[in-house]
Amino acid sequence: MSGLLENTSTRAIGADIGRVDGPAKVTGTATYAFEHQLNAPAYLHPIQATVVRGRVREFDTRDAEAVPGVLTVLTHDNAARLADIGDAELAVLQSDEVAHRGQVIGAVLAETPEAARQAVRLVRVHYEERSHDVRFSAARTDLYTPGEAEDDEQGDLAGAMASAPVTVDHTYTTPMEHNNPMEPHSTIAVWEDAGLTLYESTQGVHSVRSTMAELFGLDPERVRVIAPHVGGGFGSKGPLHPPVVLAALAARLLPGRPVKLALTRQQMFDLVGYRSPTIQRVRLAAEPDGRLTGIGIDVTAQTARFKEFLEQAGKPTEVMYAAPNRRITHRLAALDVAPPTWMRAPGECPGMFGPEVAMDELAVACGVDPVELRVRNEPGTEPASGRPFSSRNLVACLREGARRFGWQDRDPEPRRRMEDGWLVGTGVAASTYPTGQMPGSVAAVRFEDGHYHVRIGAADIGTGAWTVLTQIAADALGVPVTAVRLRIGDSSLPSASLAGGSTGTVSWGSTIVAAAQAFRERHGTAPADGAEARAGLPDNPNRERYAMHAFGAQFAEVRVHADTGEVRVPRLLGVFAAGRIVNPRTARSQFIGGMTMGLSMALHEDSVVDPRFGCVVNHDLAEYHIAANADVVDLQAHWIDEADPYVNPLGAKGIGEIGIVGTAAAIVNAAYHATGVRVRELPMTLEHFLA
Amino acid sequence: MESDIILRVNGREWPLRVDTRTTLLDALRERLGVTSPKKGCDHGQCGACTVLLDGRRINGCLVLAVACDGSEVVTAEGLGTDGELHPVQQAFVDHDGFQCGYCTPGQVCSAVGMLEEVAAGWPSAAGRPVADTPVLDDAEIRERMSGNLCRCGAYANIVTAVRAAKEVSR
Amino acid sequence: MNPFDYRRAEDAAGAVATVAADPRAMFLGGGTNLVDHLKLGIVDPDLLVDVTRLLPDGVEPLPDGGVRIGAGMRNSDLAADPLIRRRYPVLSQALLSGASGQLRNAATTGGNLLQRTRCVYFQDVTMACNKRRPGSGCSAFGGYTRYHAILGASEHCIATHPSDMAVALSALDATVVVQGTDGERRVAMTELHRLPGDAPERDTVLRHGDLITAVELPDLPFAARSRYRKVRDRASYAFALVSVAAAVDLSDGVIREARIALGGVAHKPWRATRAEAELRGARPTEETLRAAAEAELAEARPVEGNEFKPTLARNTLVATLRDLVEEERTR
Repeated sequence: MSGLLENTSTRAIGADIGRVDGPAKVTGTATYAFEHQLNAPAYLHPIQATVVRGRVREFDTRDAEAVPGVLTVLTHDNAARLADIGDAELAVLQSDEVAHRGQVIGAVLAETPEAARQAVRLVRVHYEERSHDVRFSAARTDLYTPGEAEDDEQGDLAGAMASAPVTVDHTYTTPMEHNNPMEPHSTIAVWEDAGLTLYESTQGVHSVRSTMAELFGLDPERVRVIAPHVGGGFGSKGPLHPPVVLAALAARLLPGRPVKLALTRQQMFDLVGYRSPTIQRVRLAAEPDGRLTGIGIDVTAQTARFKEFLEQAGKPTEVMYAAPNRRITHRLAALDVAPPTWMRAPGECPGMFGPEVAMDELAVACGVDPVELRVRNEPGTEPASGRPFSSRNLVACLREGARRFGWQDRDPEPRRRMEDGWLVGTGVAASTYPTGQMPGSVAAVRFEDGHYHVRIGAADIGTGAWTVLTQIAADALGVPVTAVRLRIGDSSLPSASLAGGSTGTVSWGSTIVAAAQAFRERHGTAPADGAEARAGLPDNPNRERYAMHAFGAQFAEVRVHADTGEVRVPRLLGVFAAGRIVNPRTARSQFIGGMTMGLSMALHEDSVVDPRFGCVVNHDLAEYHIAANADVVDLQAHWIDEADPYVNPLGAKGIGEIGIVGTAAAIVNAAYHATGVRVRELPMTLEHFLA
Repeated sequence: MESDIILRVNGREWPLRVDTRTTLLDALRERLGVTSPKKGCDHGQCGACTVLLDGRRINGCLVLAVACDGSEVVTAEGLGTDGELHPVQQAFVDHDGFQCGYCTPGQVCSAVGMLEEVAAGWPSAAGRPVADTPVLDDAEIRERMSGNLCRCGAYANIVTAVRAAKEVSR
Repeated sequence: MNPFDYRRAEDAAGAVATVAADPRAMFLGGGTNLVDHLKLGIVDPDLLVDVTRLLPDGVEPLPDGGVRIGAGMRNSDLAADPLIRRRYPVLSQALLSGASGQLRNAATTGGNLLQRTRCVYFQDVTMACNKRRPGSGCSAFGGYTRYHAILGASEHCIATHPSDMAVALSALDATVVVQGTDGERRVAMTELHRLPGDAPERDTVLRHGDLITAVELPDLPFAARSRYRKVRDRASYAFALVSVAAAVDLSDGVIREARIALGGVAHKPWRATRAEAELRGARPTEETLRAAAEAELAEARPVEGNEFKPTLARNTLVATLRDLVEEERTR
């Protein structure tokens, strides 16, 4: 693929540039969805089911409607009918059925947020309740194989296990976890004759527009979605969830008035998805020197009975290590729960927990250093597909990480170091994430008033899109960044794919490169005022020929208190090979952010479902712990120079997710080294170490 | 029920009639259009709503507006002077102490309030004997900034930014 | 939440009279727990009487060598008070290990004592809870119990008291000064909070309308070497799984006196009188410390989901005492 950057004198790409939206964010003047100042808004508060399964027999709304300031109570009786688009999660208020606890069964619209919330408490709901089942287990007899993940078998894993001199065969579990972006899912919906306007907290304005247009039977041109700044998403703001539909249904009842809906933190645990819990049986068969003869993972995950979502935790086992015998299976338990969704590195993140801990167990069993063990099992081509890698530098990451971390002096014996009452150990794990590209983006470049106006409906959820797309456009046009005026976050701009799957920068960036090239071809280097060109994301034939992934290695030092079992992570160091780094400052943030969330996953995160109530009971940020500042001590991210001519014109790989992959395994492996106790479930709380 | 109050917000005086149930956070965001303090949890569990109330950092979500009658409120928007960023804000930009930016105004206000607390000699739970005069090393910054959650995971950079801001202010 | 009236009280007697006369009135202090509960629907007052500007908010020495802490004093001010830091470090440490800098700037001494349990079923009004709705049942049994009691619980409630400060005050033999309709009275800190028994809706022995105006600490010289050890899931900004407040009077290698209280294990700060008795007159060997801890926890009754807590409490208590003794020896 023609190298953009070989042909121009690169200035902006690779430069350490502060965020263009930085001053707005540190002063709090960057506008998030709920903060658009519109005239005379009304406030919407959802009514949620307090049974797990059944139907609503009757609403008694008299007391609620008597609250001063209440405008209307919205239920399935007065909500507009929506088109059936094959997504049961979005069929909001379309029937009286309750499919999970916390489901939206209505809402109150009022002049003030206080009145709306007060009135919701006064709505009495009579249910016809049915029995429910939310118990997640690999022993269920009704597990099924999802259509999107047929069993993948190469060779004979059972035979390899039976004949191998060394085997590992253990079950590892990861819990339900919630994305919990700091900005709760929020919408302002305005329904007018001209159409529907949504100020939305989303990872993709265009997908919101097309889905909402379809649901409400509107011409997409009559739906506009605006999201200049988004307070995190981590997947939950990728696909649509019920709240935005609810807000639009309410706005339709109140034409001309803005309707505001922000979920409470508690509602975030019911309505916008989560990472499915996983149960992973991992099997490794190996020669005495650690060379794998077989590798297998059998994944059980959960889904909602009314909407299927598969956490593809077996995927990384297709990629990581060479072995002639391989078996990857997925089974789903369909439960009376809300549907899971994407959460940072879906598939890879939980799917690199079991296997990477198992590799550590194999290293111990073989007496081979865990870095060396991974090097010995480095494949020549992608194991499951046989395709060559466009680039693969896992070994370089392991070596560089080991050097930076000071791995070489490590005594492999567990429970050897004690400092001030803390047992100390170190561990390693590998990271991987596919280098994707999403179709469908278009970018426009226009020259006006001495500036190049670059427009694409992308979203910045904290990744730095405002900044890095400006840099890419500058180099693609061969101008300084100050000559570029970027506009994103509005569906009136040319179409853009989602910010998801670590594809944003590469998909939008490649599109901008194409548009810039089209602009220069048509208008030359001295364009007239008003000159414009646009282009879509070109196909990349290399995507068929090569396996494309980023890789990394993470090293952790863990302390476990000898008396109390408290776990601390004083050091975490990651080295990544992720192609060309567009902006080292924002890239480092992406890596450390992923690693921090990985640390949080290792030690804290656990959405506790009480099977009697059918919902998460620790549903706030005091009880559902995410890492706090004091949990993160010496945390470093580095990368190696990696030139990949195949992935895209930028030579860049997505970096938003790989940082969370492997972190938890590295920490668990370090805790084993510290204590001699092998933890195979997350979170790794202190009771695992108490004696 | 409603009550008439006066709030001084970022130097400007606002007479306001509020529902007694309205929190300071909602009064700022929904009534005055001052959206720099953010709502992340509404229960004092995340710190996104941190503002300086009569000079001290507090969670705006857990204070009733009616109880703030006559008080002085400073939000992240009001920290800078003459169009310049406050040194803490500049340090957050320089060291990329944020990503999505939603917790950031709260982090910034918290850091400003925290540096005042250290200057006043307040101890912390970072491990130093409480009777000692505090010295703001990284462990102290981490402990003192732990009331501000960041889901993007910018803590390492936040600590660097606060350390840098402290050095500038010195 | 339902609408309520708000009044700023001018004096304690008036505030007490107002609230005592109205069963649906409540005092408002720093608000960090009450506003939280208003939003959750746990409480539903029709009148809030703001007492923050009338309560004393300083620390003053008493003639008998003790100190008096104003109930309106903010947690951060109390933790930073030079006298408290020097003479009662366990109290400073306990305060500083609780909540966050922002919350400590708002929360008051009196309010901290009266904060309510973090039991997730108490906090969710759609679920049964004897503490919130007497007689409705306890959802914690058979549910999520990681933060629940192992000592002194009843079949009606296994909630724990969440305050760190109260654990230190309990160990320090503090006295709570209460203003009621019939004047001022004094309640021993160890008697302020109740065990749940068959009335878990009552957290304390206070009557409706009682206002905490001050907390007094006795002169306790050996408390100058005291400490608070909090064990929690997060390194900061989290409630205790188990905590220990302890002070030890050690001379000539013998423990003369010990003051110990545990947090996170019971419906109230758990004064460890059995452990104190075991330690009195003993030489502080690892064995005697462990025996004292085990004596205290002999009656511990974990439920499904918190089986680890007796071991955690024992180990934390031993470790805290060991550290204190070591500090004494090397002084």
